[in-house]
Amino acid sequence: MTELKFEEALARLEEIVRSLEQGEAGLDESLVLFEEGVKLARFCNNKLDQAEAKIEVMLDAGQIETFEVKD
Amino acid sequence: MLQPVSVSELTQQIKTALAGPEFQSVAVQGEVSNFLHHRSGHMYFSLKDSNSRIKAVMFRSRNQRLQFVPKNGDTLIAVGSVGIYEPNGEYQLYVDLLFPQGIGELHLAFEQLKEKLEREGLFAAERKRPLPVLPGRIGVVTSPSGAAIRDIIHVLTRRYPGVQVLIFPALVQGAGAPASLTGALAMAQNTDVDVIIIGRGGGSFEELSAFNDEGLVRAIAASAIPVVSACGHETDFTLADFAADLRAPTPSAAAELVVPLQEELFEHISSLQKRMVDSLRRRIQAERRYLVQLSQSPILQRPESYLNQLRQRLDELWTGLGRTQRHNLVLRRGKLESAVGKLETLSPLKTLGRGYAICQNERGEILRQADQTREGEVVHVTLQKGSLSCTVEGRRI
Repeated sequence: MTELKFEEALARLEEIVRSLEQGEAGLDESLVLFEEGVKLARFCNNKLDQAEAKIEVMLDAGQIETFEVKD
Repeated sequence: MLQPVSVSELTQQIKTALAGPEFQSVAVQGEVSNFLHHRSGHMYFSLKDSNSRIKAVMFRSRNQRLQFVPKNGDTLIAVGSVGIYEPNGEYQLYVDLLFPQGIGELHLAFEQLKEKLEREGLFAAERKRPLPVLPGRIGVVTSPSGAAIRDIIHVLTRRYPGVQVLIFPALVQGAGAPASLTGALAMAQNTDVDVIIIGRGGGSFEELSAFNDEGLVRAIAASAIPVVSACGHETDFTLADFAADLRAPTPSAAAELVVPLQEELFEHISSLQKRMVDSLRRRIQAERRYLVQLSQSPILQRPESYLNQLRQRLDELWTGLGRTQRHNLVLRRGKLESAVGKLETLSPLKTLGRGYAICQNERGEILRQADQTREGEVVHVTLQKGSLSCTVEGRRI
């Protein structure tokens, strides 16, 4: 499976919240949705937390180097 | 002798001859005469010099964007195509763009190219793609030494501390700039960047000219990855701006457009989480209330009393029917039973039970008379249990 994209996860989370608020699903299904929503929220938060800034530059030869900002 | 053709056929041939590229994209300079801005909105006029004259028409859809009103005696440059007006057999100039004589070559070329690419649909709104909400990695095509890249990195890291950036260095002005920018953009296509910023700091029309290069503009329109243009000019647009999925007025603005504010996203997600928990809690409370309500209903509280009520109601109904109706019901039941008895005595199965048989010929017809058969014919005899195939030995008619 390809990795879930942030916006896909966010869109699905928003859809779940809408569906729970409108009470469309039965109780069992709502619990399943809730569980999925909790996982998605955790996934999104992790994505946001991930990694420090990485500024790189592509050189002619196709190598990538760290980019130093010159003031 | 030549085979004569109809006037329409000859006109069609002339039309075909005019369809070549040398007449379909022309720029011509001349003096305006017989100018008429018709009620329909179209403009009709002639362009002439000392020896020649050509009729010209500029349709309303084209002349609406004119920045000036042409008048007789003006020397103008018209860009358009030559075509034939069939009903009169007159050739004329169909004008797409009109400029005063003094327009610079660079501007003229810009307007012509813009018109051409626009007509191809390269700038169409439906071609624009949305930017990713949270790009994994951002490509930046620009000079690695200008103020633009500094501004972009500054804004990106401020808004989103975990930003991933890959810079594709390019020349942004001078003769080599278009090829350099196009090459860098092509290189970015083969990487994992989710969005590309292409641009430079502000400059004069001439300094920005690389961003009006046809090859670069086409490459931007064809990019598989969404492109944000940032040419650092608030007012004037470059053709790269028109071709990009999104135009930012400055490099800093482009950086603001491509990454969200990290805190805002965190807040958004936590508010979604809260709404989810709240709505599930409300749901469970509502279901619980419903359950309590159900368990308090009389039928669940005292089921026997409910059943007794039903029994009593049945008795009341039976009594209410009255003696006659009750008698009728009993009588009808008796009639029904005797009718069923009669049906049974009529049944052929009953008859067979008494020792009679049914005789049929090969076609299944029931035989009632001896002359319905011939000697030697096979007949079928059905008994109560099983059947016989018999050959007719003799007949007594």
